[in-house]
Amino acid sequence: MQLWYTERHTPYVEFSIKVDRQIYSGQSEFQRIDVFESKEFGRFLTLDGFMMLTEKDEFIYHEMMVHVPMAVCPEIKNVLVIGAGDGGVIRELSYYEGIESIDLVEIDELVVEVCKLHLPQTACRFNDERIQFYFEDGLKYIRRYENKYDLIIVDSTDPFGPGEGLFTKEFYGNCYKALTDNGIMVNQHESPFYANDAIAMQRSHQRIVESFPISKVYQAHIPTYPSGHWLFGFASKKLHPIHDIKAARWNALGIKTKYYNTRLHAGAFALPTYVEDLLRDVE
Amino acid sequence: MNQERAPIYEALLRFKQMRIVPFDVPGHKRGKGNRELTDFLGESCLSLDVNSMKPLDNLCHPVSVIKEAEALAADAFGARHAFFMVNGTTSAVQSMILTACKKGDKIILPRNVHRSVINAMILCGAIPVYMNPQVNPKLGIALGIAPAEAERAIRQHPDAKAVLINNPTYYGICSDLKAIVDLAHRHGMLALVDEAHGTHFYFGKGLPVSGMAAGADMAAVSMHKSGGSLTQSSFLLIGGGLSAGYTRQIINLTQTTSGSYLLLSSLDLSRKNMALNGEAIFEKVCQMANYTREEINKIGDYYAFSREIIDGAAVYDYDITKLSVYTLDVGLAGIEVYDILRDEYDIQVEFGDIGNFLAYLSVGDRRQDLERLVSALAEIRRRKKRDKTGMFNTEYLTPQVIISPQEAFYAEKRALPIEESGGQICSEFVMCYPPGIPILAPGERITGDILTYIRYAKEKGCSLTGPEDMDINYINVCVGGS
Repeated sequence: MQLWYTERHTPYVEFSIKVDRQIYSGQSEFQRIDVFESKEFGRFLTLDGFMMLTEKDEFIYHEMMVHVPMAVCPEIKNVLVIGAGDGGVIRELSYYEGIESIDLVEIDELVVEVCKLHLPQTACRFNDERIQFYFEDGLKYIRRYENKYDLIIVDSTDPFGPGEGLFTKEFYGNCYKALTDNGIMVNQHESPFYANDAIAMQRSHQRIVESFPISKVYQAHIPTYPSGHWLFGFASKKLHPIHDIKAARWNALGIKTKYYNTRLHAGAFALPTYVEDLLRDVE
Repeated sequence: MNQERAPIYEALLRFKQMRIVPFDVPGHKRGKGNRELTDFLGESCLSLDVNSMKPLDNLCHPVSVIKEAEALAADAFGARHAFFMVNGTTSAVQSMILTACKKGDKIILPRNVHRSVINAMILCGAIPVYMNPQVNPKLGIALGIAPAEAERAIRQHPDAKAVLINNPTYYGICSDLKAIVDLAHRHGMLALVDEAHGTHFYFGKGLPVSGMAAGADMAAVSMHKSGGSLTQSSFLLIGGGLSAGYTRQIINLTQTTSGSYLLLSSLDLSRKNMALNGEAIFEKVCQMANYTREEINKIGDYYAFSREIIDGAAVYDYDITKLSVYTLDVGLAGIEVYDILRDEYDIQVEFGDIGNFLAYLSVGDRRQDLERLVSALAEIRRRKKRDKTGMFNTEYLTPQVIISPQEAFYAEKRALPIEESGGQICSEFVMCYPPGIPILAPGERITGDILTYIRYAKEKGCSLTGPEDMDINYINVCVGGS
């Protein structure tokens, strides 16, 4: 039997994983949700057919979303997570005892339910009592708040479909307003490699630059995302992602990671020349 | 009648299966003669761009499928007859006026009529008698016509042939249509309704009364707005006792003899969709509009108005599918918010004037897009709010009609620098667009107030169109008239 999951990365490039079996398939009000089991990548989650995470490489994405801002500002207390229904970001945040509250805003409650059932590797800390769940549109949620969060993590899907509002100027502007003076926003920033992804990446960067005084981009290698070369945005009101890192304090926390470390931290912000050029074009 | 049917659409499907060899126009021959265009618009689109022929009927003299489709449309709209129009609602409005008026006939109409109405008067030589729509002083918008105002105009001009009413205005404001139609009929005048923004009144529940339901003689209905058909397609409806044959002759004076089957089939299918699903569709649109209005009003300073502006006279009813938002309390003109939304937030709204902007909602809108609009407005307020002082106060400028639009249009003219044109009779249009309501029409006196308004609208970035001089530094006036 030949059963393969294939995602089209461009009209001319496809990426396939041999599927052992399909664990779940369902349709929510917002999107189609599927969970597959594979030999090479373990279980993996797709939304509307697009790869969200695999058990084998999700640690890279989630560690880079959480530990980079936490190492810059370990005293973060109030965190807002938008998207992240798979629980991976929550898992990493849960290691920080200093965090007092985690508000999770996910538009699609079914994603959380499905992940709780079928992806325990990421959805393992939803019972942390610091978490408040809000199942609504992130763009709508953020409008209400001012000066409330020290960290906002935008774990969005791609900039089309239910997540597209999270790539807009109005969203980033509202995040700025909702952050405290030392606040940081980290976002999934698409890939610089294929032309269409690069356009989305530039647009997103442009919109963030317009809204935040400090806006830097860092990278990681994520094998199952298109091209494998993935970017993250680090935007803040005051704190610089490299100059303000508190490496000793972060290391003293003793958080066990597989990808992130404070030596890699500065290196992740050193980007290939063509990526620097793409970013400079819109700054 | 069976509204599941769509005779023009069905005929086109049958026609495609016949695989007729085309030795007729159009010359692109089902797209094969113009590859780039076919790739761009799509094979099925080009293959249906065909000429009138026996199996597809003829728009100028319908005898088969177009005739059947007209009957179905008339049934769906509660009209006695429906014409398929392929030259915009502009041509439907024109055909109403040309049916009702000959040279020298008077027609009573609100000042906030669409430009197409005044153009129609240039064509036929009718003389406008304007009714004063009240102005809401806070919002700075022209409202509907109070029955008392209609009665005044009718009594002062008992020889007028027709009364024309907007149902609703661009902003969604409705007059007491039934009362005005009855008034017109009692005085032997035709009642014409410009329903360019009111297609949904025929299908939604709990919306203002439609022209046909109010007993009007004719209505021009922009199916391509809330009805969902292709741009430029429209319906002209006939109620009451008018002769459809005479109106057909009028339509054929200016309408193309090569009616587009893309437009015709879009009208046919949209009528079917409205008749079958319109009620549910507009229930959803109303919900979305109400939700968005509430959210916008929660932001502060913006005022998304609704039925609370109903006053029983100049605002007899309000179309809640319209999302009109008053912006002056944010310290920004509506047109400025309109520009900021597009330039900085990638959101295109329908129009902005001095005090308001209008977002057009339809069944095609998604919840997340509504959130974007609301959030962008919240951001604009946070980033750009400024003091309200110094804002221009709009007021209704009563036109002074000196000669008929036709006479002025064809009169000997000279160009004057606009600043020196005070007191002259204007021979051309000055439109402020959006929202497409005339500041000056041919035959009217240029007053000081009008010059001030033009200067301000220019400053605020409204697009002023109409005059021969595209930059509006000069204006054409009638020689000898002052």
